[in-house]
Amino acid sequence: MNVKRFTNFSITQATTNGFLIGALALGTVSLLLVLLGISPAAIGYALINGSLSSWLKFSHVLTIWTPLLLCGCGLLFTFRAGLWNIGIEGQVVLGAIGATFLLRQEYSTLPPWALISLAMFCSFVGGALWGAFAGVLKNRGGVNEIFGGLGLNFVAQGFILWLILGPWKRAGIASMSGTDLFTRELWMFTPHGWRVAPAALIIGFVVFLLTGLLLSATRFGLQIKAVGKNPLAAPLFGIRPDMTGLCAMAIGGGFAGLAGGLQVICVYHRLIPSISSGYGYLALLVVMLANYKILPVPFICLFFACLAAGSIQLPIVLQIDSSLSGVIQGACVLSALLVHGLRKRKKGAA
Amino acid sequence: MEITLSSLLAGIVIMAAPLVLAALGETLTEKAGVVNLSLDGTILLAAMTGFLVASKFQSLTLGFLVASKFQSLTLGFLAAALTGSGVAALLATIGVWLGQSQVAVGFALTFLCRDLAYFLGNPYARQKGPQLATLPIPGLSEIPFLGKVLFTHSAIVYVSFLAIPCCYYFFYHSRLGLIVRSVGENPEGCWARGINPISVQMLATIAGGALIGLAGAAFSLAVKPGWGHPQGCEGIGWIALALVIFGSWNPIRVVMGAYFFGLLQVLGIYFQDSFTSIPPQIFQVAPFPLMIFTLVLIHLSRNTKNRTIARWMRLFSGKPPKWIGRTYKQS
Repeated sequence: MNVKRFTNFSITQATTNGFLIGALALGTVSLLLVLLGISPAAIGYALINGSLSSWLKFSHVLTIWTPLLLCGCGLLFTFRAGLWNIGIEGQVVLGAIGATFLLRQEYSTLPPWALISLAMFCSFVGGALWGAFAGVLKNRGGVNEIFGGLGLNFVAQGFILWLILGPWKRAGIASMSGTDLFTRELWMFTPHGWRVAPAALIIGFVVFLLTGLLLSATRFGLQIKAVGKNPLAAPLFGIRPDMTGLCAMAIGGGFAGLAGGLQVICVYHRLIPSISSGYGYLALLVVMLANYKILPVPFICLFFACLAAGSIQLPIVLQIDSSLSGVIQGACVLSALLVHGLRKRKKGAA
Repeated sequence: MEITLSSLLAGIVIMAAPLVLAALGETLTEKAGVVNLSLDGTILLAAMTGFLVASKFQSLTLGFLVASKFQSLTLGFLAAALTGSGVAALLATIGVWLGQSQVAVGFALTFLCRDLAYFLGNPYARQKGPQLATLPIPGLSEIPFLGKVLFTHSAIVYVSFLAIPCCYYFFYHSRLGLIVRSVGENPEGCWARGINPISVQMLATIAGGALIGLAGAAFSLAVKPGWGHPQGCEGIGWIALALVIFGSWNPIRVVMGAYFFGLLQVLGIYFQDSFTSIPPQIFQVAPFPLMIFTLVLIHLSRNTKNRTIARWMRLFSGKPPKWIGRTYKQS
């Protein structure tokens, strides 16, 4: 009886919190727009029109949703383990590099589907290694994962630039616009009238289910949670916090790497300097807005993806900079932090 | 193009000026035990507001009063410092007073401020605005070599010079600096001595934010004048953050790191013509491997048993404030 009442209570509170956060964030942004003499309704219409009005537009939203969801799933592992994996951006980049590395090899004997699968595997390995590197730096080198990860992001950025302008440059001329396009057979299959590859969506779904299952229904998930909640008590149950954290970093990095692989194989079909499109950082905001819970992540990813896709039209339709979508996203996360903080304070005072 | 040593050094001094201000602001924040991760966005937002206010006031005539260029620029810098403080105040409210994760708040603020700057500044992009003139100091600028390197710059560069001894004095020779440092090391002890750690942390964060804001205006009104998308100062905030660690929370070493990075940037510009194979972006990322390397050194120097190695490594490493990034909860 008590348990039931408790769960009911927390669900109502989560809903109230959600409403509060949404009202606070959208209210603030609307107020800002009104002060600037822009109609919030027109913006809202343009954002919805640009993201949901046709299947073609919605499938573009899904091309953003998939990598965002993959990164979000990866971050759920590291946050559970009490780690702030800010290095996810670099892990996406390394995943993209891994996929490109495989697709650049000349395997005439292998069929394209095998090559694409291998490339996805390589992207997972690339991201996982970069994530594990940050983990090793933390365990062995005493480098906090936030500063180590941040540093490795920039190292990855330097690495991808060097590859694009150096060893992997276009035939004849090195350019910031990226490497040569892959041949058509190496693009992931996308039906006519779609922007998103169905296989990418399936990968997204599978990874999300796997994340939910691993984190909430396995011994490994429990170990990660134990380390995150209390790294000092975990060893008493025979759990090694450093190794568990390292595993979480590797898995998180691997999923982020998959996102990078999809960017190469499905979206750009080549390696470009801004291959990650900032999805790693955006996914951090998603998981923070989800209050580090699993279930809201895909929905928030969809919301953020709609904003990102819908805002592309803003400069043309309303002569407004497309960074407005980032303002809305940031306002949502900041409101969430504020609302949760106020709740915590109230609870502490009571 | 002829490169003289004095013009090279003068270039470094200019390039490093905003970095010195931002890194000192972050040092002040972190010494009090707070991590302000919003640096990169704050600098951009402050650069935008500084440019906006300065150019608005330049064309504004209040009745018979015509705002002079000096006044409009001063207002621009003031607005930028206020912006920096405002963002820092928000961070301090949620991250210190409400006890949410400082890293989370700072991270969200970075992106919010960056996008807000691009969004609000969009109508003013690529417009002509006022710019700080160089102000050679009479007498001092005539010294043969040093005069050209140190005393023929704009006012904000001199401010960055002045900030260094001021910060050093504040941290190590003033009572207030001692309080800030002790809050960063042991807030519980401070509470017992009758100091409210939360107020000190919030004030230090806000003051540090003002310095960070000045760094933003230093970009848009002096070093890389103008506003646009991109402005050209993107990424500097992360570098300043790395420099604080690279300088192991010691203001003098942090500043030396800033000048070292200025050297890298200037060399990048000069070498662009002679070494076309090295993309200039490589110089941009150089501080980060160095930062990681420093952190590893700090760790190793603490754990090594070899005394000579330990002694040598201690030259490069220092301790972070003990309470850094954690939330102090009054019990």
